Amino acid sequence: MVMTTDLAKRSIDYRRKILKYIFAAGAGHTGGSLSCVDILNVLYNRVLNVGPGNFKSSDRDRFIQSKGHTVEALYVVLADRGFFPEEDLSTLCKYQSHYIGHPTKKVNGIEQNTGALGHGLPIAVGNAIAAKMDEKQYRVFTLLGDGELPEGSNWEAALTAAHYNLDNLCAIIDYNKLQISGTTKEVCNTWPIDSKFESFGWAVKHVDGHDFNDLMKTFDALPFTSGKPNLIIAHTIKGRGISFMENQLAWHHGVPDAKQFELAMQELDDQDKKIKLAS
Amino acid sequence: MGAVANSDIKTGKPNLEVFSSTLQQLAAGDRNVVVVTSDSRGSAKLVPFAQRYPKQLVEIGIAEQNLVGVAAGLASAGKKAFAVSPACFLTARALEQIKNDVAYSDNPVKLIGISAGVSYGALGSTHHSLHDFAVLRAINNLIVAAPADNYETAEAITQAAALSKPVYLRFGKKNMPDLNCPDEFEFGKGRIIKPGNDIAFVATGETVYPALLAANALESTYNISASVISMHTIKPLDIALIESIASTCRAIVTVEEHSIHGGLGEACASLLMQGGFRLRFRIVGIPDEYTVTGSQADIFNHYGISENGLRETALKLLKV
Repeated sequence: MVMTTDLAKRSIDYRRKILKYIFAAGAGHTGGSLSCVDILNVLYNRVLNVGPGNFKSSDRDRFIQSKGHTVEALYVVLADRGFFPEEDLSTLCKYQSHYIGHPTKKVNGIEQNTGALGHGLPIAVGNAIAAKMDEKQYRVFTLLGDGELPEGSNWEAALTAAHYNLDNLCAIIDYNKLQISGTTKEVCNTWPIDSKFESFGWAVKHVDGHDFNDLMKTFDALPFTSGKPNLIIAHTIKGRGISFMENQLAWHHGVPDAKQFELAMQELDDQDKKIKLAS
Repeated sequence: MGAVANSDIKTGKPNLEVFSSTLQQLAAGDRNVVVVTSDSRGSAKLVPFAQRYPKQLVEIGIAEQNLVGVAAGLASAGKKAFAVSPACFLTARALEQIKNDVAYSDNPVKLIGISAGVSYGALGSTHHSLHDFAVLRAINNLIVAAPADNYETAEAITQAAALSKPVYLRFGKKNMPDLNCPDEFEFGKGRIIKPGNDIAFVATGETVYPALLAANALESTYNISASVISMHTIKPLDIALIESIASTCRAIVTVEEHSIHGGLGEACASLLMQGGFRLRFRIVGIPDEYTVTGSQADIFNHYGISENGLRETALKLLKV
């Protein structure tokens, strides 16, 4: 068991900031940001060979957030990693700000403009093919939402990834099981995801997307099988960390009011105290 | 006054073949030149490329959205990626990838629409691209061009490869005559194939040649001085050249292998109207109807994209 107290503390802090900036902007994708932030935390603080110092290097690891709408989580993690000053986020969704509601390359640290769904995986495949062509060691990661899986372009790219044996590619599905109209099962049942990808030629692992040890252990095991692209199905909870937001459809892009914001901050403070007592 | 007599026009190769040979020359000196195909290497004349540079070709299979997305990923990782697919599929099925992954993300992919316009003739409207100028003109950060002859094609490919910007090029598969014009090719600068000061044909792609034949006929039979412009770049449009011909000629006829909506003609009309020019003006293209069936030549003849058709349009416009 690796010590993960620092990661746990960071995630609490990230959740505070996600809510703070969404509250200030009056807009944002709250539930999905809270479901994917632990994954981003582990990626940017433990896994990815990328930081402000090497972001222009052709050898850096790439991360493409296909589920662009939960950009608030990515912004707070990138700010924490020093890609830009955190106070920039006070302009979130404001007139002429680069910090809009989906990722763009105008923001330091962001690889691709995303937002329309089903676009991240094909681009990541292109990056991974380029790495193989150039015999470079960098890896390519992309985070998909479970709600975007019905986009056909994902499955086109899944075929290509296996065809070219892209074991330097890792797709992570933020499997929070909710999308804007309901559960993914009700809207368009994509389950079983694992056997679908396996039959396409991918190596698949399940992980608790909020368990830092499990996430680190899984990322450490990459590539899962030599010559196969990697899929991590991260089981997550939409709205994770705030009791009244968890698994609630309304928080897909719900914005807290002042009272809800205060309650949420209180819950995060309580979680913080528990970690301090335990460590 | 005529630049080239009809008898002096030399037959050339299909622009598609020039695309392929030019790309091989580029690939020989630069391993970052990469072709991405959608089961289109045969129709794009890329079999020799695939044989000589197998490591510089990425076959996607018939999946155009993925074709463009992967090409964007290759380009963002430093490759000079040429995404090649029939223009009809490339610019309709993969339009969102063109808009977001290429243009908006500023990934310098070279989008190559082969067998464009009505090149596929009798295969019908599923295989025609009469919408591509219109939809792509409305997308920011994308050069849109249709080279007319072999020279323009070779230059367009070579210059596009050197540009760190997204480019869309379309061409057909018919043998294209050498327009024998000394003007150098540059994106955004029309070439004056033939000077003239009564009427101007502003044409693009494979329609430049019939426009030239019509201009020669107007001059020899009716003593009308007709200019022909190869307006290979639809966007950015050569504003200075259009304003210049609008100042010297009494009439302009635009010609394109595209819907009359949203293409070269309407781009010129908008420019002239907003520039305060008043002159006789006609857009020749494919009208807004179920396209007549037949070969490319049949379709061109039917809609007046031909020597005779364009000559008659010019005479009516000038009220001769």
